[in-house]
Amino acid sequence: MNEFVFFINNVVISGLTIGSIYALGAVGITLIFSILRFAHFAHADLMTLGAFFAFFLTAMFPAVGPAIGLPTAFVMLPLAMVMTAIAAIYIDKGFYKPLRRHGVKPIVIVMASLGVTLMLQGLIRMFMGTSARSMYIDDRKGIHRLDMPFELASRPIVITDPQIIIIVLLVIIVIALHLFLNRTRLGKAMRAMSDNPDLARVSGINTDTVVKVTWVIAGSLAAIAGTMLSLDVSLKPDLSFHLLLPIFAAAIVGGVGHPYGALAGGFVIGFAETLSVFNWAVLLRPWRDYLWFDLPATLAFVPSEYKITVPFFILLAILVWRPTGLFKGKVL
Amino acid sequence: MLMKLPMKETLMIVALAVAVLLLMQVMGTAYGVRVLVEASCYAIIALGLTIQWGYAGLFNAGIMGFVAIGGFSAMLLTFPVNQSFWESDLSGELGVAFLKLVAAVALVAAVMQLHRIKVPRSIRLPIILIVMATLYLWVVNGFAPVTQNIVSQHGFIGGFGLPVWAGWLVGGILAGTVAYFIGHICLGLRSDYLAIATLGVAEIIKAFLKNSDWLTRGTLTVSPLPWPVPGASEVGFVMARALYLSVTAVLIAIIFYLLHRAYNGPWGRMMRAIRDNELSSSAMGKDVNQRRLEVFVLGCILMGIGGAALATFNGIFDPNGYLPLNHTFLIWVMVILGGPGNNLGTIFGAVFVYVIWVMSEPVALFILNSISYLGDLWFAWEAPSDFSSRALQARVFSIGLIITLVLRYAPKGLFPEKVQHHQ
Repeated sequence: MNEFVFFINNVVISGLTIGSIYALGAVGITLIFSILRFAHFAHADLMTLGAFFAFFLTAMFPAVGPAIGLPTAFVMLPLAMVMTAIAAIYIDKGFYKPLRRHGVKPIVIVMASLGVTLMLQGLIRMFMGTSARSMYIDDRKGIHRLDMPFELASRPIVITDPQIIIIVLLVIIVIALHLFLNRTRLGKAMRAMSDNPDLARVSGINTDTVVKVTWVIAGSLAAIAGTMLSLDVSLKPDLSFHLLLPIFAAAIVGGVGHPYGALAGGFVIGFAETLSVFNWAVLLRPWRDYLWFDLPATLAFVPSEYKITVPFFILLAILVWRPTGLFKGKVL
Repeated sequence: MLMKLPMKETLMIVALAVAVLLLMQVMGTAYGVRVLVEASCYAIIALGLTIQWGYAGLFNAGIMGFVAIGGFSAMLLTFPVNQSFWESDLSGELGVAFLKLVAAVALVAAVMQLHRIKVPRSIRLPIILIVMATLYLWVVNGFAPVTQNIVSQHGFIGGFGLPVWAGWLVGGILAGTVAYFIGHICLGLRSDYLAIATLGVAEIIKAFLKNSDWLTRGTLTVSPLPWPVPGASEVGFVMARALYLSVTAVLIAIIFYLLHRAYNGPWGRMMRAIRDNELSSSAMGKDVNQRRLEVFVLGCILMGIGGAALATFNGIFDPNGYLPLNHTFLIWVMVILGGPGNNLGTIFGAVFVYVIWVMSEPVALFILNSISYLGDLWFAWEAPSDFSSRALQARVFSIGLIITLVLRYAPKGLFPEKVQHHQ
């Protein structure tokens, strides 16, 4: 049974965690894609920016979290979300909107977003340095060990506070997003604009507001994802480079312009990553006497230093076999 | 003849030449020539990008990967042969591992053809996946012990000891091959997908080169790489670098001439037609995706050659030295600032941006040191210990700012593309 617990710890829990992070990023990307029609390369840096806002707030009020019993950065998350959303709106105003007005090709805006990526990275590193930091200042990461009731399982299932929070938070966000897109006026306007921007404009939808709302949603989701990821691991300025490819792969796997698809894509990528670096030899060990080959000490599909190749090859496979994504995205 | 020269362009080139001469005067001739050689290698890479972006409007966000392939190939083909490895049994074992790889690829290709013997789709997909996973594990476990033994016994497999030009040529071919596969998959789809895929492939190439110790020595780096011209120990720094500069200059001249002919020929007109109006050119019977693939592969070949020339000049192959900032975004700035689609502008942009890039470090450090000195003197403010490394990040910021500003205010660059109109 210990092998099974090992599997749960290393695949189920970490896959759920990283999958939720990717899903939140991919939803933002897919929304921007469907409203503004360009691949927003600076999205991973918005996530990092959100995490840094949360870090600043944590450093300013380190005692808030312990008083409530939650990680301080999580308590500060709403403020960080607001700050990131405002930053996103102003980035759009300063760098993307003028280009849109000029009527340039979408690919030029993509390049501008790469420029924004570099600017954000430069700024973050200028202010914070290049080293990794812990998001916990006055409090410590809560780690729960759940002992299994079985006789055979001597090892506990380990889950941390940020992991529980992100999974619960994702469920809430999905429900809220679903209600927003289907029940509210603004959500319907957003869907209308993603279907046909010109028709939406002539039927009296304020497209500027829709664009702003898109940035607010994308920015706050990015702030959540970035903060929770750095709570779970650590806060690094080069976080964004490791996130960029997986979140784009997730958005494309799910079908671009398809928020629920992006959620599914996030989990596909997250689980694919954890399953491929998982050491299968551990699971096979109890049966080693019955196997026809010698069991090596490590039997992983991908060594962990090549983890970045997993989202890339999934991306390529999906582009070859089903370029519209699993859920038939509309923008191709 | 002289009257025909456009005033603005000539003035800018003269100003750049004066700036380079000034650089040589201040920093020493050897240093100045080094900067020029590196700028010329960057110019080859930038020419590769200008045909992708300027001629065809393709967004390559992974230039670093193709540059690294070029550098790797220059290392592998020209580095002296490692006799102890080739005489040991391990070379045979490595051959067996490669045979396994070939067999596995053949088997997968065979399984992919199952639809020809009417195997239903629902069974086909699981069969393909299972076969691929099994063969993959088989091949990986075939390579692992061999490569580990190579690293522990011989360091790495060494080079092939071939002449330098062969390394550069193969660098171009390898980069073109990778580009073919990526372009083949992505070029028929949205233009953004190519950007994402190239960004990913660059990271993967770097990860591969960094972690394949048996092939590249990984972080231990390989040096010295042989030069195509007599080295510094024989003729002195300035002379050796000047000779190297003449080699790259000849290379640029050849590429420039060929591109100039291609741009003004029917091929170039067709490319611009596809870039400016994809729909009407496909209605005219042009195979848009095929032509784009052509230009993408061609551009990546140039990037591979430029990367090989750069690695040979530096004399060291260091997979960690390939950074997206230096090898992708800096080249983007060179191209969009110089004028995409204008070869002369691209070369001007390469030299101009590289000189500024090189000079920005000492200048920035000087300013910083003054700031922290004055801050200490006047306000008793103590700069953080990693102040200088942090402040150099201002360069990252300014590269990003330049990209966005140029796109906004001068989308045609300093040397706008000149399209000839025939009445």
